[in-house]
Amino acid sequence: MEVFLVSLLNGLVYGMLLFMLASGLTLILSMMGVLNFAHASAYMLGAYFAYTISQRIGFWPALVLAPLLCGVIGAAIEMYGLRRVHRNGHIAELLFTFGLALIIEKVVQMTWGLIPVPYRIPAGLDFPLFTIYGTHFPAYRAFMLLISALMFGAIWLGLTRTRIGLVIQAALHHPEMVGALGHNVPRVFTTVFAAGTALAGLAGVIGGNYQVTEPAMAFTMGPIVFVVVVFGGLGSLTGCFIASLLMGLIQTFAVVFDYSLADLLRWFGLTVTSATPFHEVLTVPLPRIGALLPYVLLVLILVFKPRGLMGTRDT
Amino acid sequence: MAMRILARVAGVVLSACVAWAGPVMAESTIKIAYTDPLSGPFAQVGDANLKQMQYILDYINSKGGALGKKFELVPFDNKSQPSDALIALKSATDQNMPFIMQCSGSNIAAALIEAVDKHNSRNPESRIIYVNCGAVATELTNEKCSFWHFRFDAHSAMKAEVMARALPKDTTKVYLLNQDYLFGQSVQRDVKASLAKLRPDVQVVGDELIPLGKIKDFAPYITKIKASGAQALITGNWGPDMNLLIKAGIDSGIDLRYYTMYAHLAGGAVAIGPGGDGKVRSIMAFNENIAPEIGNAEAEAWTKAFRDKYPFDFYAAGFRTIFEYLQEATNKAGSVDPVKIAFALEGLKHKDFLGYDTVMRKDDHQLISEYFVGTFKKGVKYDSEKTGLGWGTETTVLAKDLEQATTCKMTRPTVN
Amino acid sequence: MSADATQRAPQGAELVAAPGFAAFARRHWLWLAAFVAALLLPWLFFDWSTHRHSGFALTMLSEIGLMSVFALSFNMQMGQAGLLSFGHAILFGLGGYVTAHTLNAIKAGTMWLPVELVPLAGGLGGLVFGAMFGYVATKQRATAFAMITMGLGELVAACALMFMGFFGGEGGISTDRVIGTSVLGVSYSSSWEVYCLVVAWTAIAIVAMRLQTQTPLGRMANAARDNFERAQFVGYDPRMVRFYQFTLSGFFAGIGGGLYAIVYEIVTFDTVAASKSATALLAAYIGGAGGFFGPLLGTVVVVLLQSGVSLLSNAWLLYVGVLFIVMVMYAPGGLVGIIAQHAPIARTGRLRELVVPYLRILVPGLISVFGFVLLVELASFTTIGVAQGKAFKIGFHAVDPATAFPWLLGAAALIGGGLWLRLEARGFRARWDALIADAKAKGLML
Repeated sequence: MEVFLVSLLNGLVYGMLLFMLASGLTLILSMMGVLNFAHASAYMLGAYFAYTISQRIGFWPALVLAPLLCGVIGAAIEMYGLRRVHRNGHIAELLFTFGLALIIEKVVQMTWGLIPVPYRIPAGLDFPLFTIYGTHFPAYRAFMLLISALMFGAIWLGLTRTRIGLVIQAALHHPEMVGALGHNVPRVFTTVFAAGTALAGLAGVIGGNYQVTEPAMAFTMGPIVFVVVVFGGLGSLTGCFIASLLMGLIQTFAVVFDYSLADLLRWFGLTVTSATPFHEVLTVPLPRIGALLPYVLLVLILVFKPRGLMGTRDT
Repeated sequence: MAMRILARVAGVVLSACVAWAGPVMAESTIKIAYTDPLSGPFAQVGDANLKQMQYILDYINSKGGALGKKFELVPFDNKSQPSDALIALKSATDQNMPFIMQCSGSNIAAALIEAVDKHNSRNPESRIIYVNCGAVATELTNEKCSFWHFRFDAHSAMKAEVMARALPKDTTKVYLLNQDYLFGQSVQRDVKASLAKLRPDVQVVGDELIPLGKIKDFAPYITKIKASGAQALITGNWGPDMNLLIKAGIDSGIDLRYYTMYAHLAGGAVAIGPGGDGKVRSIMAFNENIAPEIGNAEAEAWTKAFRDKYPFDFYAAGFRTIFEYLQEATNKAGSVDPVKIAFALEGLKHKDFLGYDTVMRKDDHQLISEYFVGTFKKGVKYDSEKTGLGWGTETTVLAKDLEQATTCKMTRPTVN
Repeated sequence: MSADATQRAPQGAELVAAPGFAAFARRHWLWLAAFVAALLLPWLFFDWSTHRHSGFALTMLSEIGLMSVFALSFNMQMGQAGLLSFGHAILFGLGGYVTAHTLNAIKAGTMWLPVELVPLAGGLGGLVFGAMFGYVATKQRATAFAMITMGLGELVAACALMFMGFFGGEGGISTDRVIGTSVLGVSYSSSWEVYCLVVAWTAIAIVAMRLQTQTPLGRMANAARDNFERAQFVGYDPRMVRFYQFTLSGFFAGIGGGLYAIVYEIVTFDTVAASKSATALLAAYIGGAGGFFGPLLGTVVVVLLQSGVSLLSNAWLLYVGVLFIVMVMYAPGGLVGIIAQHAPIARTGRLRELVVPYLRILVPGLISVFGFVLLVELASFTTIGVAQGKAFKIGFHAVDPATAFPWLLGAAALIGGGLWLRLEARGFRARWDALIADAKAKGLML
């Protein structure tokens, strides 16, 4: 019971971090069809900017300034880069963001060095909030949950209650029609791209001191974010939310259950020995492949339900 | 069709540029090829090693080098890919370099040791010695041993034994967590074997393998460790897998001692932070506080000079032992011929700069040298990475206590 | 058709091929010339004083050869069929592993196969795995397909580290190509002999892939790429077209993997990793996807960048990224696309009128590139440090990055060169447009 509860909490925290990162990418992918490889790089930039700003001024200003900086950079990328490449097709846009990711990683290495930087949790939040079964639950994790819940709420309200939000929703589904109606679709695209990048930056500010801030962090976080976005489906933020939580919980709980396929077969009366073919595969316990389960789920859902969990559009 | 011609012409021109960009061989220095990842996700490892080695070589050259010539380090970036390391090997043998050094990555080491063996038997006029400064897979000096390979770091079975010796008497429950690949699996095996031999009273309450580099959140593992009742965690993890694990553990407030192999490398101190005071131990060949602890003023001054120049710890100062061995062997052989140097190197005894006795064992070309267990704590003379805490030595294991049997049966070339 | 049909055939058409090797050589002289050039290339680097081939040059050229087979097989999916795959390296690597196991089995005596045919074992491995993974992946197309291949790529790469039996874990599977089963009596202990084998197989693979583009399957793959809906009306099931194309590209990728196993005698997990797939993507795109020879050119560029430039600078990834972005923005057809754009002008015979405009943009272009490289290297040096040697050197001239002079020089070169380039580019554009208009007027555009 204790293990279950603690794992539930941890899974939620990790899932919400994934959601913060994936929400921006879902918006961008749904609206513009651009698979943004540089999204995880924005996450990294957010963490590094927050580190530098919190060294000079403090953590709370960094919470506001770093995402803004990332948003400005995102707007610049969209206006001067993606817009030109857009006419060459989706693959060209994807490759453009891929090249951008390489450049950003190198620039980060050249600016802040190769070794991780000491981006720490601010002293004001560095205490255990409560103790559950003898394990601390740090206040910072609760803060992360709070910020990501606020973010989800803000996006939801923004998309459903404001005028620009309604235009964005419409452009999500029918961009050409929205353009025909007279809205400035390029400006909408830039806004969405900047907003998505800013969201990734915010995720970086929060997640950078939860994890380790180093130049390779974009490279390690990148693939799982894509899995979440595609699994959740295009055009649906709720799907993204559910997918993030699902992935977070699966990865967390997989660690706890020490079973393998061999155990399953034993239940049916078949014993697996070292002479059985594929015995290496059959005796792999779940924790060892826990981090791979999202990819298995990705492949499965794309084969059987390619629109994703709650997608409203084809890719 | 013009494209085909153009492709070929372009290929020629570009290849020519690259070939002529390579330095023309000058016999005035003894070249040591060095290959490690210098770009990509593991760039910090190769880069830090390079800087430290350059500092050490400058010192060795100031002491006369060998045979009146200076040593020169020639770096090759292998981007963590064995194919690039093998290309670097080809470039080194083309230029008749006597040594190739490599420190990071057992997959690269496995490729190199075989490639060097094959090359030396097929091309006797351009032989090369493989100096292993950090690839610790045990079989490289056992089943896969080779006459041309010399390892200057304790292999993982020796390191596992140091960890088993470092456990205090009152610790009886340990948890093992390692990365799921050859190195991690051998750490798992070796630690269990060492514990069974040296500390039969210790019970292994948990034994876990994690996919390499994929886990972002170690909180669930900490939960499991707590539930098992373990008092100590033994892990061979390195890189983000180690940083995130220790961070998660310290954040959760769990009462655990951490025994690691690589927490003292670049980035570790920053990741552990002040919250880890007295909790984390690492086994290491060197730390900056050993010299003041044993009162060796000359060594302390030497490492301090490095510290003043660079922002990271001088954890690879032990490489000085490597270059002193190469220097001594080359002088003893009287020539830059790799065969003569190899014969001079095996069985060589040497007192390292800290004052301890070491030997390059003849049977398997494994260096037998002292090893230390350091604790990350406050109140040491030299702190790590400006965190205010540093590594203080808790245990010293002497070379003679660390010798392990070997299954190596190497074929030696005839001296001609 | 009677024997004198060729005389009565309309002008410009060759209905019956003239017999004999001479005629064959005349028609395909370019291919033969390229084959001979490939064999002669290593002699440029031969060390006449010691009578030794340069092992480095031979290995690099072998790498270019086998990577070009890999890149061309990738292009079978991306360029020919419009299937962007993020996990193509798994077919390459699995072919390599199968070949390594085959070589070990031959050495142990459990099977017999001449060394010359060993890459075929890799090809068959790639074919089988291509069918397996292709069955799952080709259920979808476009972005969904790309994501499935990404997922599969990550899975296989992780398995390669975990399972010892087939993959050998981190140490990989090592093998020995000197097993004495050659039908030509060659031992393959020297790099030169291996290189000849690589050239032979590369030539066979390239010819086979070229012929494949002219088969009905190849044509239908092109059709499905260009207009998915219309292709369905023709009557072929696009899913099966994708599946066959994927499987065949797996066969050729496996041959590349087999050659890799023979050249390096060890296959490790990085042959299935995402970075290997990225290399194929870069090579195909920089060279020019969509055509056939683009990936060849792209492979040469990428391998030289990866293994050549990385020896001189550790910022080579940055240059790759910048090159990539410049190509994506200004030359989406790749290098081959740029060359192909000159074709109409060449047909009008006025190509030499572009020489002077090219020179006029080349000079400011080189200056701004020099400035950019200088700034990047200076920045890299001050934060990361020395990549090669002890001091910062341009050629043989030592420069101290702590002073302001090199920075100012670099900035001036970059900005000045850039502005001058913009000026010249306008003139170049005008001349180019004039020549294209002329070609259009003469009806020589296609």
